[in-house]
Amino acid sequence: MEIKATSVHMQLVDIKKSYRNVNALNSISLDLQGGKIIVLLGVNGAGKTTLMRIMAGLENADGGELFFNNQHIDCKTLRQVSTLVFQKSAMFSTNVYSNLAYGLRIRKVPKELIQKQVAEALQAVRLSGFEKRRAKKTSGGEQQRIALARAFLLDSSVLLLDEPTANLDPNSASIIERAILNQKKPERIILMATHNLTQARRIADEIVHIYNGEIVEVSDPEAFFSDPKCEISRKFVNGELEF
Amino acid sequence: MADIIVPAFKQAINLLASGNPEVYATVYRTIYVAGLGTLLSCLWSIPIAVVLGLYNFKGKWVIKGLFNALIGIPTVALGLLLYLLLSRQGEFGSFHLLYTLNGIAIGQAILVTPIIVSFTANALGASDIQLRDLAKTLGASGFRTNLTLIRETIWSMILSITAAFNRGFGELGIATIVGGNLLGETRVLTTAIALEINFGRFDTAMAYALILMAIVIALALTIALIEHIRQDGAWSKLSLWRGLGGN
Repeated sequence: MEIKATSVHMQLVDIKKSYRNVNALNSISLDLQGGKIIVLLGVNGAGKTTLMRIMAGLENADGGELFFNNQHIDCKTLRQVSTLVFQKSAMFSTNVYSNLAYGLRIRKVPKELIQKQVAEALQAVRLSGFEKRRAKKTSGGEQQRIALARAFLLDSSVLLLDEPTANLDPNSASIIERAILNQKKPERIILMATHNLTQARRIADEIVHIYNGEIVEVSDPEAFFSDPKCEISRKFVNGELEF
Repeated sequence: MADIIVPAFKQAINLLASGNPEVYATVYRTIYVAGLGTLLSCLWSIPIAVVLGLYNFKGKWVIKGLFNALIGIPTVALGLLLYLLLSRQGEFGSFHLLYTLNGIAIGQAILVTPIIVSFTANALGASDIQLRDLAKTLGASGFRTNLTLIRETIWSMILSITAAFNRGFGELGIATIVGGNLLGETRVLTTAIALEINFGRFDTAMAYALILMAIVIALALTIALIEHIRQDGAWSKLSLWRGLGGN
């Protein structure tokens, strides 16, 4: 099923997930609109990664439904519309060019176009000329930028970024932030998990706060950081939340 | 010890330099049976390993445990079993494989199956779970994801195939019992060594042993060299490599 629209919308209804009797997600319901950078905040173990893996179609939810542009969507179709960039970037044992070209080759994009797009994507993350380098031999920051460029190339409707700047130097983090901001468009939902509150305030159009597998607050960044609606969010913003 | 090894070196060089056709034929036969046996085994061992390494099903651990246990099967026991099956009165006697090189190759194919299956299945099973997710999130189908994982573990696979070849190359039990050590027909390096020892010609036996070891070491070094070149990036230029898994 080919799903593409000019302005996208994703709806999560009552999503549940547990691992061996431990609730990872407990009745998550969310409306996500294209054209925004939605930042997912939460302490470690709150359920951010689990939620992103379900949205990427890498895991099945135990309960609930997902809708994309008002159509019910299953795992397989989710993988066609969304791309997840992992917190710890994984690289194939090939050169940077082949890593970036992987998804495009699967989509049978002509070779000449792949070459052009790969060069542009590398330029976007300031890694021009890295094509022939062994991907696994690049630095952590470079690998994360390669992972982002690889995801950008697929032009997915849903871009999921799991702490893309974690453990990176400020320069790499800044390059990544700018590259993410450039990806913002109405035909794309960008959901980014982060622990960096300053970063969240800087780039978010909307904040989603998740705690113990539940959404506790959804609001605009200004309101979230200056006047959180719920006590858990207030404690989280002030660094007083125990977990 | 040095009294044997030094003359044995000289004897090995003399044997090869003499151009004795039987020496070269013995080396050729050894490579042929081990090579054919390994290739034959790959036909069924790799698919079995892929299933065991990448798919989950009930009783998988029993099958994996069985293959692990069979790695150490005594070659004489397997040789005896094959002798009974391939002898004139045996179930496969009509194929006339007893005392032939192909008979030895089949025996070695069975012998090395657990090595290829266990090592390859373990390598595939241990492949980074995140690579599987990565392939999927980049749009790979289940089949394509598996191909990618196979490509990612191809060097472990090549090493397991090399280990299998070496096992076949250096085994004696099957070559003796199934092959019969017939001069000019089924004599291979290991049976030649055993024969020379029986005759008390230790220098000649050692010479054959040195040739055997030289081939094994040369093969291992070749594989290591290719792996080194691959790690430096030159290997990715080969189209065969790119073709596997689409990278």
